[in-house]
Amino acid sequence: MDNDYILEMRNITKEFPGVKALDNVNFKVRRGEIHCLVGENGAGKSTLMKVLSGVWKYGTYTGDIVFDGQVQQFRTIADSEAKGIAIIYQELALFPELPIYENIYFGHEIMKGHQVDWNETIVRSKEMLEKVRLKVDPSLPVKRLNTGNQQLVEIAKALSKNCRLIIFDEPTSSLNEDDSQNLLDLMRELKNSGITCIMISHKLREVTAIADTITVLRDGSTICSLDAKKDDISEANIIRYMVGRSIDNVYPKRAEHPFGDVVFEIKHLTVEDPNTGREILHDVNLKVRRGEIVGLQGLMGAGRTECALSVFGNPYGYRIKSGEVTLDGKTHFFKNSREAINAGLAYVTEDRKGNGLVLIQDIRYNISLPNLGALTSGLSIDEQKEIIIANQYKDEINIKAPSIAQKTVNLSGGNQQKVSIAKWLFVAPKVLILDEPTRGIDVGAKYEIYTLMNKMVEDGMSIIMISSELPEVLGMSDRLYVMSEGRITGELDAADATEEKVMKMAINSN
Amino acid sequence: MKTKKRSIGSEIVQLLKGNIKSYMMYIALVVIMLVFQFWSGGKFFKPSNITNLFNQAAYVAVLAIGMTLILILKHIDLSVGYVAGFTGAVAAILMQTYGVNQWLAIAIVILIGFVIGLYQGTLVTRVGVPAFVTTLAGMFIFRGLLSLILAKTGTIVVSQKGFLSLCQGFIPDIPNNTGFHLVTLLIGVIAVALVVFSQVKSRRHKQRYEFKVVSAPLFIAGLVAVSAIIMVLCVVLASDKGIPWSAVIVGVILAIYTFMMNKTKLGRYIYGIGGNDQAAELSGVNVKLVTQFAFCSMSVLAAISGILYTSRLSSATPTAGNAFEMDAIASSYIGGTAVSGGVGKVTNAIIGTFVIMSLTNGMNLMSVNISYQYIVKGLIFIAAVAFDVLARKK
Repeated sequence: MDNDYILEMRNITKEFPGVKALDNVNFKVRRGEIHCLVGENGAGKSTLMKVLSGVWKYGTYTGDIVFDGQVQQFRTIADSEAKGIAIIYQELALFPELPIYENIYFGHEIMKGHQVDWNETIVRSKEMLEKVRLKVDPSLPVKRLNTGNQQLVEIAKALSKNCRLIIFDEPTSSLNEDDSQNLLDLMRELKNSGITCIMISHKLREVTAIADTITVLRDGSTICSLDAKKDDISEANIIRYMVGRSIDNVYPKRAEHPFGDVVFEIKHLTVEDPNTGREILHDVNLKVRRGEIVGLQGLMGAGRTECALSVFGNPYGYRIKSGEVTLDGKTHFFKNSREAINAGLAYVTEDRKGNGLVLIQDIRYNISLPNLGALTSGLSIDEQKEIIIANQYKDEINIKAPSIAQKTVNLSGGNQQKVSIAKWLFVAPKVLILDEPTRGIDVGAKYEIYTLMNKMVEDGMSIIMISSELPEVLGMSDRLYVMSEGRITGELDAADATEEKVMKMAINSN
Repeated sequence: MKTKKRSIGSEIVQLLKGNIKSYMMYIALVVIMLVFQFWSGGKFFKPSNITNLFNQAAYVAVLAIGMTLILILKHIDLSVGYVAGFTGAVAAILMQTYGVNQWLAIAIVILIGFVIGLYQGTLVTRVGVPAFVTTLAGMFIFRGLLSLILAKTGTIVVSQKGFLSLCQGFIPDIPNNTGFHLVTLLIGVIAVALVVFSQVKSRRHKQRYEFKVVSAPLFIAGLVAVSAIIMVLCVVLASDKGIPWSAVIVGVILAIYTFMMNKTKLGRYIYGIGGNDQAAELSGVNVKLVTQFAFCSMSVLAAISGILYTSRLSSATPTAGNAFEMDAIASSYIGGTAVSGGVGKVTNAIIGTFVIMSLTNGMNLMSVNISYQYIVKGLIFIAAVAFDVLARKK
């Protein structure tokens, strides 16, 4: 293929406080090709696309975006759309109650004088729907369509704006086999009609089937660009580029300690999403022994958090179709978080700001919240005891704050994470589920959290660590499970696990 | 040693800057009272008017306490006005038409309040109807019920002495010929002693755990100021008929709710849910049950408010309860309850009530047209909330 690039992103660097999300990334896309962008979670794919589409506006990153031969300075999504770039996100941005035709032309309505010309809108919507081969009445509300067809409406919307570059972010992650195949066929058609496509995907089988070029990102840097015609684009080769990192000595050693009996077990857990009816967990089985750190690896959307929440009292009301939980020899079915906590299970959320901490409250109140019962004598809370305990955890796990009266909103990510772990230490559970315990925190705080985990298991607690970071799972776990698309696709002892093996299991699609 | 050199003046400025939000309502209250005192030529602070202010504020204060819990939880209750009107009328009918004992009538009415709370709380927590809609419907329903039960009789006059003394009577005194109400003075002295004792204890407590405290001179100045206000108030009341029962009732309810919000698990859960309901849920808090409790408490307090209002007017009228919810919600917000939930104090809601009711009382004294009264109250209310929102952004 010739070297006619529709898009060149040159030396893009984007920093967030404390983290370099993109480090001198170069990314070139030829006109009319299907270009796939792959990499682990957190490799920088989404950030790169946000820079391209103007979500991270010009000036918040360094480097140049050259589109159609011109340097662009996108400040909003509207700017990039005006030049012909559209993004189709995993989470669709449609209005479920509005009819299809209104969705397609929302924001760029067809006008006749000062009024919207609905007749013309419907006629043109039909043309757009034909292009994406969706045979439905355009006046149907979008919520009546399934996810696959909703995505087609999104694409129709992009086509209606005469987009020349369409970015698909994990387009098949929530689609079934038929819809996925249909979408890939459509992308080929779009390509034949001259539209360039960028696809972000974890599903390497689809990537190798459709890509003209594959760019691999790792830790915010471009690792390589593979040409489907010339280079080796086997899955094994791509995985090698995606991982291929040496594990540094950042994981503290823990004292040798024997594992006890199985303390926690999930059996045959099958769970559905009540809104879509899609199965999010399928026959999940998992065991944890006393004093063991069990890793639960998988890519985004593999069902790890859903698995943890389903057993932790199911606060979001998933439909649990089958399965049981055994804790300390007793079989449970926890109806709410309180029952799970009382039985000895605790869950540290992946989203400490969203549902972990009460940010407007101080350290003391946050630590005591799940265990106020233990601090209450008679009617009132023993505040002396509460202060002593909060101070004790502050010192013990080194929460850096002027005092326990500091509001948690003012703490750094690492210290917030320590508070959200401390509140569960105070409960002293038998099994602690840590969901992404080191996400978005700096190296020093990470090390402290690893050390804390070691201490907990040495004291006889058991830990399930959900993590997307491969090196972390390999470095910290005694044993690990890998999940993909709601299923456990493998179980490995830490001694046998390698990044390649784990990544193969994580990408494995049935 | 360096800290000692810092002048008290600069500390006051610092303190004002840092806590302007929490001092603002006190400043507003004092300014409003002084303005009316001068404007009315000294009528505002007459003992009889202060008593009147207490009785006038009582039924709103009770509502504002309950409303604060509801607002902290990010809900709202628009029905409280007509729930108060309806329950107050039920009490009057029970006593006058059916000859029920006055204290039993009060108990029955409080129970009715509880049932109303169960009904509205269930709709909000179990069915999932937003509180705004549930209680707006409640407003219709209880307004209708109120006019229905009074349809035949019209206004019902209440004659039971005990019932009437709730919002008209005064605490008893030991016989004396000093011209002062001695029990009132005694209560004033005890109140000052309690305030000083608890403040000193709390300060020591804070110092022990190295929390920030104000410097000693400023702390003492604050104590003296608070003690002076309490004593002046008591002397004014003692020179007339003493402390009204309405103030005692509000005081007891306030004490119970302050204890609950600050010292018990339930209070912590309410603040926790208001701050982040998902985090509270994942911390094992039964969010639905706590919310249900708040609605029951609100309607029970509305029933008490209705009783106080009927007592004050010596009668139940078809228009009772009209716009109480506006005063209650405004009181709570003026008292610093955050519009985004999670933050608020019942004691401050009472200060908010006095801001609103001093305006009402003062403007009535000056015979200001009711139309202007609403406009002025609305402007003060929105100014207070806008100020709070701005202060929180910093």
